[in-house]
Amino acid sequence: MKLSGQFISSLVVATMLVAGCSKESAPPPPKADTAKPAELVVKIGHASPLTGTQAHIGKDNENGTLLAIEEANAKGIVIGGQKIKFELLSEDDQADPKTGAIVAQKLVDAKIKGMIGHLNSGTTIPASRIYHDAGIPQISPSATNPRYTQQGFKTAFRTMANDEQQGKMLGEFATKQLAAKKIAIIDDRTAYGQGIADEFEKSVKANGGTVVAHEFTSDKSTDFLAILTAIKGKKPDVVFFGGMDPQGGPMTKQLKSLGIKAKFLGGDGVYTPEFIKLAGDAAEGAYGSLPGVPLEKMPGGIAFRDKYKARFNKEIQLYAPFCYDAVNVMIEAMKRADSVEPAKYLPELAKMNLNGVTSRILFDEKGDLKGGAITFYQVKNGKWEVMETLGGAPAEPAPAPPAAEPASKAESKDGDAMSAGYK
Amino acid sequence: MDTFDTFLQQLINGLVLGSIYALVALGYTMVYGILGLINFAHGEVVMIGAMVALAVIQALAGATLPGPVIVLLGLLVAIPACMLLGYGIERVAYRPLRHAPRLAPLITAIGVSIVLQNVAMIIWGRQYISFPPLLSPDVYSIGGASITALQIFIFLLAAAIMAGLVFLVQKTRLGRAMRATAQNPEAAGLMGVNVNTVISTTFIIGSALAAVAGVMVSAYYGLAHYYMGFLLGLKAFSAAVLGGIGNIGGAMLGGLLLGVIESMGAGYIGPLTGGFLGSHYQDVFAFFVLIMVLVFRPSGLLGERVAERA
Repeated sequence: MKLSGQFISSLVVATMLVAGCSKESAPPPPKADTAKPAELVVKIGHASPLTGTQAHIGKDNENGTLLAIEEANAKGIVIGGQKIKFELLSEDDQADPKTGAIVAQKLVDAKIKGMIGHLNSGTTIPASRIYHDAGIPQISPSATNPRYTQQGFKTAFRTMANDEQQGKMLGEFATKQLAAKKIAIIDDRTAYGQGIADEFEKSVKANGGTVVAHEFTSDKSTDFLAILTAIKGKKPDVVFFGGMDPQGGPMTKQLKSLGIKAKFLGGDGVYTPEFIKLAGDAAEGAYGSLPGVPLEKMPGGIAFRDKYKARFNKEIQLYAPFCYDAVNVMIEAMKRADSVEPAKYLPELAKMNLNGVTSRILFDEKGDLKGGAITFYQVKNGKWEVMETLGGAPAEPAPAPPAAEPASKAESKDGDAMSAGYK
Repeated sequence: MDTFDTFLQQLINGLVLGSIYALVALGYTMVYGILGLINFAHGEVVMIGAMVALAVIQALAGATLPGPVIVLLGLLVAIPACMLLGYGIERVAYRPLRHAPRLAPLITAIGVSIVLQNVAMIIWGRQYISFPPLLSPDVYSIGGASITALQIFIFLLAAAIMAGLVFLVQKTRLGRAMRATAQNPEAAGLMGVNVNTVISTTFIIGSALAAVAGVMVSAYYGLAHYYMGFLLGLKAFSAAVLGGIGNIGGAMLGGLLLGVIESMGAGYIGPLTGGFLGSHYQDVFAFFVLIMVLVFRPSGLLGERVAERA
């Protein structure tokens, strides 16, 4: 794996060298840009929970960011006549708002030129003030709480549709596609979980659905039997969970053990391979959503997935493509402004219009993604499968349909056990 | 599902959860009964039990053995591992401090707890470890309520273990030695009871119960995590206090009661307060009951002898 990664990067370097040579010959250089290139080191900050219960998703974010930075370095980007070497400064914010603010200050003190992060809405919102005050552009790949971009900070952007957009479409999906009349909601009381659950509730009501129960848990609980029993009495058609996979997985399992027939629906927090691992057979048939267009449908999407696999020997967990887009958008803005200085390239970032691997990246005046699409997925045979994409203007669709990978032996066994289990 | 079925379901949820609390609470109460010491590292012993069992289970998950046998093998490795750990904790952290002021062993208990958590984090990592789907997901219904084979098994096993423990303490020679040590360690020593052995044995038995509880919790919720012992330990300690710490029957009663209160609290607090308080007050409700019991019956529901302990 490592070998092939090196091979690919050396290949990239080789092609860049060829391209660089041809460029060099064209304009008569007053100062040869490769003569003795004093490399300028540009620090890019990143923060996500690298320890604790969401460490698997946090590491995934870091990997996505790192991949984009390594690629940019391999290309040998020249900005303002100087060869740029990007350096990643990654911090662990533990998904904790207090720690988030501490690491934000640490990154600002380290003189980062741009910030990719944080992962959670709860950490991103308090940290965004610190980046704003220092004038550093911040792109969160995954903070979806609407408040993040509603603070009037010109430095705050995100590469993912916010919860207003996502919650609204989740509500439409539940009432229309799933034809649910009675809907129960559970949220984990975090900025993300509560935010998306509230938007979902509004949308369900607007679409003529009835919310029969709204129960609460925490982002550290494992026992949901009591609240699920209370929900069971209300006979919902759909149970919606606003929260992350460490709760969503066991919750789905307990839902089945109580004999609740309702469909399980979650937001982007449960759309992970980990969710399926924790829920086991009970994951089958669960629905999840993720802002953006499926990777397979995006130009460069499949290539990104393969590159990620080759570099880290792991499957993408969740937000890595959004981090990758965030870095590329930031670097593109620096190139267009021909400056790595935050004040210079910030206006270019606000005007950005670039095809990423997740969707077309185009910001509105608040820094939110314009016309963000939401894709719905369902667990089938122990794997998340694309159902449909709602809203947004999808970029040019790829000609090839998504290649369905053959289900492994273990998964088909799970499928059998499950059909035998529920009667 | 009508009101009665919902009630029945909450009762089942509560009793299963409560029987796990009771098993862990016994470990707290036995040690307290004999030493007058609160072993705050006990929750971590539960966690280590779950982790060791899961390591064995995951190693065997590919084998062609039937699921329940694999889980049993995991349990059979976890029990001696926890017994050894319990003995080690007592030997290293508590015995040297036996005649020290009472605050000292309390602080080492917290220290041991932190050390165990971090060791587990280093060995097993920071992520949730999922329990392989080895046990049958069969769901039975009683009236309108449903119960899984695993829930029935957890409840019955906990009941059997508790019955065995009562027999051990009330009817055997070792039990008599334990009761004698609890009443007065010095007098028991003069009567020929080896006090150190009795104390070690108490820790070993408590840790074995913790191992069983650890495997139950991880199988029941389908996951284990290095931090899982903390909240569980705190709840079980509250259960022991609720029933009357130092009293074996009290720990069982307290555990079951706390489980049922939590479950009923989460299920009914919303409707009872007209939606003013929601299910996020689940834990508040449980601890509120604990406070009320302690205000009106400071020695717990079944406790009597707490006051006379030096």
